[in-house]
Amino acid sequence: MYEFNYHKASSVADAAAKLAAASDAKLLAGGQTLIAALKLRLSSPSDIVDLRGVAELRGIRKDGGSISIGAMTTHAEVAASKDVLQAVPALANLAASIGDPMVRNMGTLGGSIANNDPAADYPAGVLGLDATLHTNKRKIAADDFFTGMYETALQPSEIITSISFALPKRAGYAKFKNPASRYAIVGVFVAETAKGVRVAVTGAGPCVFRVAEMEKALGSKFSADAVANIKVAAAGLNSDMHASAEYRAHLVTVMARRAVEAAT
Amino acid sequence: MLVKIKMTVNGKPVAAEVAPRVLLVDFIRDTLRLTGTHIGCDTAQCGACTIHMNGNAVKCCNMLAVQADGADIVTIEGIARPDGTMHPMQAAFRDHHGLQCGYCTPGMVMSAIDLVRRHPKPSEGQVRAELDGNLCRCTGYHGIVKAVLAGAATMKS
Repeated sequence: MYEFNYHKASSVADAAAKLAAASDAKLLAGGQTLIAALKLRLSSPSDIVDLRGVAELRGIRKDGGSISIGAMTTHAEVAASKDVLQAVPALANLAASIGDPMVRNMGTLGGSIANNDPAADYPAGVLGLDATLHTNKRKIAADDFFTGMYETALQPSEIITSISFALPKRAGYAKFKNPASRYAIVGVFVAETAKGVRVAVTGAGPCVFRVAEMEKALGSKFSADAVANIKVAAAGLNSDMHASAEYRAHLVTVMARRAVEAAT
Repeated sequence: MLVKIKMTVNGKPVAAEVAPRVLLVDFIRDTLRLTGTHIGCDTAQCGACTIHMNGNAVKCCNMLAVQADGADIVTIEGIARPDGTMHPMQAAFRDHHGLQCGYCTPGMVMSAIDLVRRHPKPSEGQVRAELDGNLCRCTGYHGIVKAVLAGAATMKS
């Protein structure tokens, strides 16, 4: 790991100021990706701004028709939250399926979303549930947030503070996981929201994406049969030692069917 | 750059100045000389470095020491009684052949104690699923699973 300057932020405003003052700073949330990248020297920031001590970024609040989760809330906290389990069980189950227990005790919702790993679980939940991302500067709709592989709409000194989810009528998540890393080879999140059905796919492509044809079919009939014969094209999907693009395309249909079956 | 950190390790206060890039596992092993916490893969996969931070199991090879500033840390050295009597989970690993070479054992025991905190009466399936983050290359896991189930029962009583 290369050397860097370390700053412990005391508030969101303090973190933003420290981020802006350094030449090439990175935010540290749970560190489950960043620390590994630092160790491999894949990442070499001049400064690290640690958000761990910022209390205002933690916690889960439910009010009326939505649930808001602080960016520094861990996967373990989301998975065990009575509010999330009751309001959006698919989101709690998604959080419980990330990595292993020790990773879930450190990794955070905001960190996962800001990193936008193509095989991460949370982007599917955030896009599938049509969530709103709150930053220190503005609100961003999930549809506008994920812009490409490891790329998001976040500006250099912008910090995700919380993510709010309007409660869906029902939602389900199914993933075909890499058995070693538990990352999604393909994960599909299906949600029936007030504005219609949404189908978000992670792991398959360079960035999480929606499948309009499946959304339309589920809009007229919310059942596994409705998506069973809808195929996505393999062109442009990821192909690596774990799965070919054709296999991933096949898995999108299978996981979509299972996500619909699991939806509650 | 050096950063002042303070934490509690196995009930004792610790204060030090560390470079920001020092990993928590290296701080625990090299500075505090608590070498029961092992480095297996050094890539946050094998779980040999599992410790408890504020009561939760974490992999300390994937953390900076500065991230533990202010935390309550418990390592494998901190779970037996002061008179040397083993923690029920440690005793269960001995009694049920939960180890061969022993390299993964500290991490297994620390994960198992956290597992029982969350699932006081775990099923065999739960134990196998919850040990997802701990790799053992000798035992085939059967002895470990038996040990964790027995340890959970003893911890309860």
